[in-house]
Amino acid sequence: MKLLKLVPDNTNIKFLKLRVPFFVLSLVLILGSWAAVAVNGLNFGVDFAGGQEVRMTFEERETAPIPQLRELVEGLGYGSPVVQEFGAPNQVSVRVPLPEGAEDTPGAARAIGDKVIATITAEYPDARKDGNDTVSGKVAGEFRDSAILALLAAMAAVSLYIWVRFEWQFGVGAMFALVHDVSVTLGLFALTQMEFSLQIVAAILAIIGYSLNDTIVVYDRIRENLKKYRKMDMGDLLDLSVNETLARTVMTSLTLFVALIPLLIFGPPSLFGMVAAITVGLFIGTYSSIYMAGPLLIWMGVTTNSFVQTESALDRQEKIARGEV
Amino acid sequence: MLDFPLWKKLSLWAVTLAASLLALPSLVNVAGLDWPAALPDPQVNLGLDLAGGSHLLLEAKADDVRAQRLENMEETVRQLMRNAKPRIRIGDVSTAGGELSFMLESAADIDRARGLIEPAMQGASTVREWELQVVDGQRIVLTQTDAGVNQAIDDAMASATEVVRRRIDELGTREPTIIRQGDTRIVVQVPGLQDPEALKALVGKTAQLEFKLVDLNALPSNVEAGIAPAGSEIFPFAPGTPEQGSSLAVRRLGGIRGDNLTGAQAGKDPQTNEDVVNITFDAQGGAKFAKLTTENVGKPFAIILDGQVLSAPSIRGPIIGGSAQISGSFTAESASQLAIALRSGALPVPLAIVEERTVGPDLGADSIRKGLLAMGIGSLAVIALMVASYGRFGVYATVALVFNVLMLLGIMALGGFTLTLPGIAGFVITIGAAVDANVLINERIREERARGRKVVAAVETGYKEASRAIFDANLTNVISGVALFAFGSGPVRGFAVVLIIGIITSVFTGVTLTRMFVAGWLRKARPNDINI
Repeated sequence: MKLLKLVPDNTNIKFLKLRVPFFVLSLVLILGSWAAVAVNGLNFGVDFAGGQEVRMTFEERETAPIPQLRELVEGLGYGSPVVQEFGAPNQVSVRVPLPEGAEDTPGAARAIGDKVIATITAEYPDARKDGNDTVSGKVAGEFRDSAILALLAAMAAVSLYIWVRFEWQFGVGAMFALVHDVSVTLGLFALTQMEFSLQIVAAILAIIGYSLNDTIVVYDRIRENLKKYRKMDMGDLLDLSVNETLARTVMTSLTLFVALIPLLIFGPPSLFGMVAAITVGLFIGTYSSIYMAGPLLIWMGVTTNSFVQTESALDRQEKIARGEV
Repeated sequence: MLDFPLWKKLSLWAVTLAASLLALPSLVNVAGLDWPAALPDPQVNLGLDLAGGSHLLLEAKADDVRAQRLENMEETVRQLMRNAKPRIRIGDVSTAGGELSFMLESAADIDRARGLIEPAMQGASTVREWELQVVDGQRIVLTQTDAGVNQAIDDAMASATEVVRRRIDELGTREPTIIRQGDTRIVVQVPGLQDPEALKALVGKTAQLEFKLVDLNALPSNVEAGIAPAGSEIFPFAPGTPEQGSSLAVRRLGGIRGDNLTGAQAGKDPQTNEDVVNITFDAQGGAKFAKLTTENVGKPFAIILDGQVLSAPSIRGPIIGGSAQISGSFTAESASQLAIALRSGALPVPLAIVEERTVGPDLGADSIRKGLLAMGIGSLAVIALMVASYGRFGVYATVALVFNVLMLLGIMALGGFTLTLPGIAGFVITIGAAVDANVLINERIREERARGRKVVAAVETGYKEASRAIFDANLTNVISGVALFAFGSGPVRGFAVVLIIGIITSVFTGVTLTRMFVAGWLRKARPNDINI
């Protein structure tokens, strides 16, 4: 049986040749994403913004009557609601801001949610109540803080780990690739104004882990090749390493991708945002492992020579570990 | 590499099969079949987002506890001074600024007053709750210590948790979770609840019942303006009562709190057919109630619940049997709710609902069905890709993948972890990412073969060289999983749990298990070439 080979043997793509344009592209992407977040802001869900979120399914309709719903809820006089599709076209989430002072009297906020549900079901008898979340401003603030903290802590911890296992340049390279992945994902959410919730933060943390997977495989091969080919030009060596691991990179990304696609198409609608974020992050993470994590090593002065010392230092560590020194 | 002693093989199979068997009850349950009752049946808990139900986060305000302790202390001091022989007269009592301060009418009483108050300051705990200062020789100032307030909050929360538990048990729902979180919060999770409103109404009620005499001297115009006569305080009538919107002045002192209740039942008044709540006091409460009603026949007394007047009937005669009836424009439902709340005791501190999530039951079943479908299709696609790419080695990876899913489910069932909606995404990601170890190994074997190594050497090098990258890559994944778990709440934690357990089981199945398969085949077949 002839086996499928996604990447031909002995590929020799000159990735590093294009490192400057791609690096510029990445910088533009990062800065653009920050700008998008600054200008558009993120469409915080009830988790992070606080307030009332009511989710409903219109069981006898193909699409939910979103403009009518917006008008209907606005008529209740609780401020401007955010009405958007949530997963399937016949499912909506209706978000109403917390009333003034609701942090002290959450009962008032809850009453609003109940009123919204009652109003919608009175107008649309086929509307099924799927869920109702109330988050006070204080709790939402805590969620925001801990989400930021978790992202920073995860990025710092994994970078630190790579620094310990490899060299500081590798740690910085990985950190930069992660900042890139996280920024672009955030930028995407700012541009599309898809709802940004706790689930999305979970998706980003999954991306951090996954993107690093790729980076580590490439780094591991770079380290191996640095020991093997001491005289090779650094650029060629990086190219060689990326090419050698390319089949694995493509295959792994593809298996994850084919697992995610059914989840996007057939999965529970309320997971759509999260799975979409992971799918996009899959591509961004693969790209950054190749075009960011590697080339940065050259710019930070990793050479075959600089690694010789490191290697002897590693040997010494191993000897110490074995008790020979 | 080829050397797999029998004991190693057997123990690997034992671990794999044992963990996989644990998954069976959950799978059987999803399929809608009956699991034999005689067998143990660890099951994966379904999170609220899958099972439907309510999640409430209740919070007490530290300031409320502080204020309440202050109020209690004021009461205690007044009582001590009144009961002292001879009585110590005090005035200018104030609780402003979080401290209790009062003047003694005679400076000569100062040492006697100190001697009475100091034992009362200690309380039941070992922590000193109050600081006593004497100002200008005639004024006593009691200040709360932070340690004392913290202790008081801790006590209040512990008993509040207990009260909430009792109330929810009365609702008869299955498997509620009630846990304290942090210093001032309680998490309540009730799966499969059909009526979240009843739950909210029940846990949101402090149920502090008070009986106080109506101040007959108060001028109605002053009461409506919110001005209470000396020694009285003003409470509004509860919503739903005929007097709703107006207020009532009641005497501050001489009332009773409903702390000494032994029972409360919803019922009907035989004469008026009105919904009422019948309460019974213990001996101490009954005696106090008898004294109050005997001394005040004909006068109205107010029944106050959580700072709102339910009704203010006149005392028709002494009530000495230790039982009484509360009326106040109840419906059958609200009467039964109040009865539950009173039976389970008053919350020592008001709890506000600061986060509430309710999921309808329809959505959850739908999510499970769709999640399983997506998982099935995704698995088939991954398996097809693996087998097409790596032939026999892909088949081994597939078998490992199946065991990985079963083990993951089994460990979750055994550990009592909760499967949530994001957890389903975690399962699918695990399926996609679990084969990464096999991809790394197989690609490496391919490479080594291309470099001209012999079959066994290539396989051996493949496993050896790939394992370092696999280890590093998975450990960083675990690190971000731990960050996820640490920050996440509820459903997001479910995602983190699946990711972390999935990483561990996938390394086991993807590396160790496939290695055993490959080694067994190589020993038996001794191939000169492998198709990879």
